[in-house]
Amino acid sequence: MTATPSRHPGLNLGRAHQEAHDACEVLVFGFWVFMMSDLIVFGLLFANYVTQLDALAGGPGPGELFTMKSAFIETLLLLTSSFTYGLASYCLKYRHGRGWLTAWLGVTLLLGLAFIGFELHDFHKMAGEGGVPSRSGFLSAFFALVPLHGLHVASACLWMVVLMVQMCVHGLDTGVKTGLVRLGLLWHFLDIVWVGIFSLVYLGGLA
Amino acid sequence: MTLNHFLDLALGRLDWHALPFWEMVEQPTLSHIVNGSIVTAAASLVVLGALATVVLITRYGKWKALWSDWLTSVDHKRIGIMFIVVALVMLARAIIEAAFMRAQQAVGLDGGFLSAEHFGEFFTTHGTIMIFFMAMPFLTGVINYVMPLQIGARDLSFPVMNSISLGLTAAGAALIMVSLVLTPFSTGGWSGYPPFTEASFNPGAGVDYWIWAVTLSSLGSTMTGINFAVTIYKERAPGMHLFRMPLFCWTALCTSILMIFAMPPLTVATAMLALDRYLDFHFFTQDLGGDMMNYVNLFWLFGHPEVYILILPAFGVFSEVFSTFSGKRLYGYKGLVIATMCIAVLSFTVWLHHFFTMGQSPSINAAFGIATMLIGVPTGVKIYDWMLTMFRGRVRLTIPMVYALGFLILFVIGGMTGILLANPSIDYQVHNTLFLVAHFHNMLVPGLLFGMLAGYQMWFPKAFGFRLEQRWGYRAAYAWIAGFMLAFFPLYALGLLGMPRRAVGFIEPAYLPWTIVAGIGALVVLFALFSLVMQFWLSLRQRHANRVPVGDPWDGRSLEWATPAPVPEYNFPVIPEVSSRDAFMREKDLGQAYQRPAEYRDITMPANSALGPILTVTGFLMAFGLVWYLWWLVILAGVASLGALIARSFVRRTTKVIRAEEVRETHEAWLRQVAETPAVTRDREQETSNRGRPAAPVSGAVQ
Repeated sequence: MTATPSRHPGLNLGRAHQEAHDACEVLVFGFWVFMMSDLIVFGLLFANYVTQLDALAGGPGPGELFTMKSAFIETLLLLTSSFTYGLASYCLKYRHGRGWLTAWLGVTLLLGLAFIGFELHDFHKMAGEGGVPSRSGFLSAFFALVPLHGLHVASACLWMVVLMVQMCVHGLDTGVKTGLVRLGLLWHFLDIVWVGIFSLVYLGGLA
Repeated sequence: MTLNHFLDLALGRLDWHALPFWEMVEQPTLSHIVNGSIVTAAASLVVLGALATVVLITRYGKWKALWSDWLTSVDHKRIGIMFIVVALVMLARAIIEAAFMRAQQAVGLDGGFLSAEHFGEFFTTHGTIMIFFMAMPFLTGVINYVMPLQIGARDLSFPVMNSISLGLTAAGAALIMVSLVLTPFSTGGWSGYPPFTEASFNPGAGVDYWIWAVTLSSLGSTMTGINFAVTIYKERAPGMHLFRMPLFCWTALCTSILMIFAMPPLTVATAMLALDRYLDFHFFTQDLGGDMMNYVNLFWLFGHPEVYILILPAFGVFSEVFSTFSGKRLYGYKGLVIATMCIAVLSFTVWLHHFFTMGQSPSINAAFGIATMLIGVPTGVKIYDWMLTMFRGRVRLTIPMVYALGFLILFVIGGMTGILLANPSIDYQVHNTLFLVAHFHNMLVPGLLFGMLAGYQMWFPKAFGFRLEQRWGYRAAYAWIAGFMLAFFPLYALGLLGMPRRAVGFIEPAYLPWTIVAGIGALVVLFALFSLVMQFWLSLRQRHANRVPVGDPWDGRSLEWATPAPVPEYNFPVIPEVSSRDAFMREKDLGQAYQRPAEYRDITMPANSALGPILTVTGFLMAFGLVWYLWWLVILAGVASLGALIARSFVRRTTKVIRAEEVRETHEAWLRQVAETPAVTRDREQETSNRGRPAAPVSGAVQ
């Protein structure tokens, strides 16, 4: 047992951040519920993808379109960014100062942007090989699932930038702290979704 | 850039043909003139209604009050009332549409007066409005108003998000209203099945109106669900254990859980259909590997839980009505809770019964048929619990009770036809006929609308401080019940005779007597709607005589009745401590109601926010731009939405403080009023002497 009982799943800010910790109880719970709802969206798109695996309509399939190398690099980028976000969370919780916090957030942001960059490059390459969503049911399903994850990552990056600006304007206040806790959940959540995409879409498609 | 090129960019695909009277001007045939005149009249009503509202608000100088007391308010009570206003406006439109459809079929032998296109728009808007813009806002409004009061909370967990939910729903409703002026609307039915709704068959703006209206509504409802669930889990007053909550809160909880999990499939389905139509994806098309069955599965993965999203809150209202107006504890409380939860879980296991005939193997159909029949068990438990609540109670036949009794009988009949339809082999015989239409109206009119109307009659005095007029109220209730039976029981017969649903006309003379009776039923329902309007109007005029400032006109049992009517913004001067079920009734029994708290404290409440109304406008403009290909508008409104959200995240003063002194003065003034008000017994609760303070029940009454 720790001194501060955990009040929500995930990293708790604890007693040293009493006001933010109290605010987190409802905010973080609400965010978990939102993620459950969001997970249904991804679950349905996964299901749709699986049902459309054979709907190639004579167009290119996974073997022609996917490359393991870039999918693997994307995976590494995203997993590393989760780790660095974890470090940022610890800096927040144990009050290592705004410098370190900003630094780790910055690294996370760069990794996230690099991930998006690689992904866009992939899509561009796929389009060059005739892999566009209007080509087949399979490609439609792919372009519903994978870019939606990318869109989530992009939104999370935007949120991170907004929080960093808020930190400049308001300092490390309760609003920023609770925002960072929730963004952390979203970031790790998107990582888990990507693990699903990597396993099912890329590993499954190239196996 | 030429002028034409500029106009193309500026106006997208909007042109003269969007005007409702254009077709009859271009081709003045009889059919075009009849249909065109109907749409033009409706469009004029929309425009004149909007203009009249603007003129009236300006004339009485109410813009400021509208903005600061209502539109930017994040008070759950005001947002609840605004939800219900949206619902009632849309209810009026959809009932009038229903009357047109009944009129068409009453004279539909070998023709009728409506064109097939126009009839298609009628049944599509009727269904879409009734589900997404009448039922959903109505139940959301009632839960919004009542639930926080019943659990002893000051507001929802996320008040600004609540305002955004309202805004998105209102934007969707506005989009449907605008589709009357800049036509057409979809003809694809409320379920919008592709491939009919794909661009290859329906290239016009109609389906896009439907897609974006429904999408706005589904996003709003998802947020509503999250908000309600978190509130019930996190904001209950001390001592308000889950099993001490009024049953209405349990049904609200189950409904919000269903919203959280069942709205995403709808959002996904409409978004994918939009991608098909706008960006040439192939999810549901007939060619290039599209599979329309994926749409059907997604839609009903939402659609079936949706039925219970609609009905469970009404079950909650009826539970309150039966126990309040029988002067008795709710019978079988735990059984009702468990039954509600069972229904919520089972609702996810039956979606396939909406398309038994669309190609599954018999064994899959059998499994889903059995699951469907199982839902009858917990529902049956509820029916018996409600009857046993009345048993040996002191039943008062008030207006909510009339609705509740009508519900009890009609809902059982509807449920039995549901058991018939759950049997796949019977479903094969009657699917896609009016039998089905009769069945789901039989569930939703008594099961949802009667519940909401009963709730409206019961809680209106709580919200506005005066009781509703009685005579027209009774007329409305009886007309609803009679009109419903006349309008829908003939449809069972028509269905068994083989008349397909959504048919603009027919050539079988045997149908005619039944369609005429159904048409008469629609007239009775119109009278019911008129009675509700009359009741509201007379109530407004008699409001001084019918005031109930003490706030407990029906000898209520739960905490909302412990507050003044209308309820102050902060709900409770001091958060109540709860020690049992039926918390307020217990206080009254022990003579501990209306206490002066030991001390008053400052109360922190969420401050007003303009984010809700801003997103209403930007959400509407974005959807409107998407419908008519006004890409500049889509981009501008999208950027504005995002900018508003980010700007809001920088706001730090999100609360305001109400001083303890002010709370004390208000509360003590009310307590003095309570002390001065004579208590009235239940047999006089409908008289003007009822000022909202009930006399203790006669000894021997069953508690």
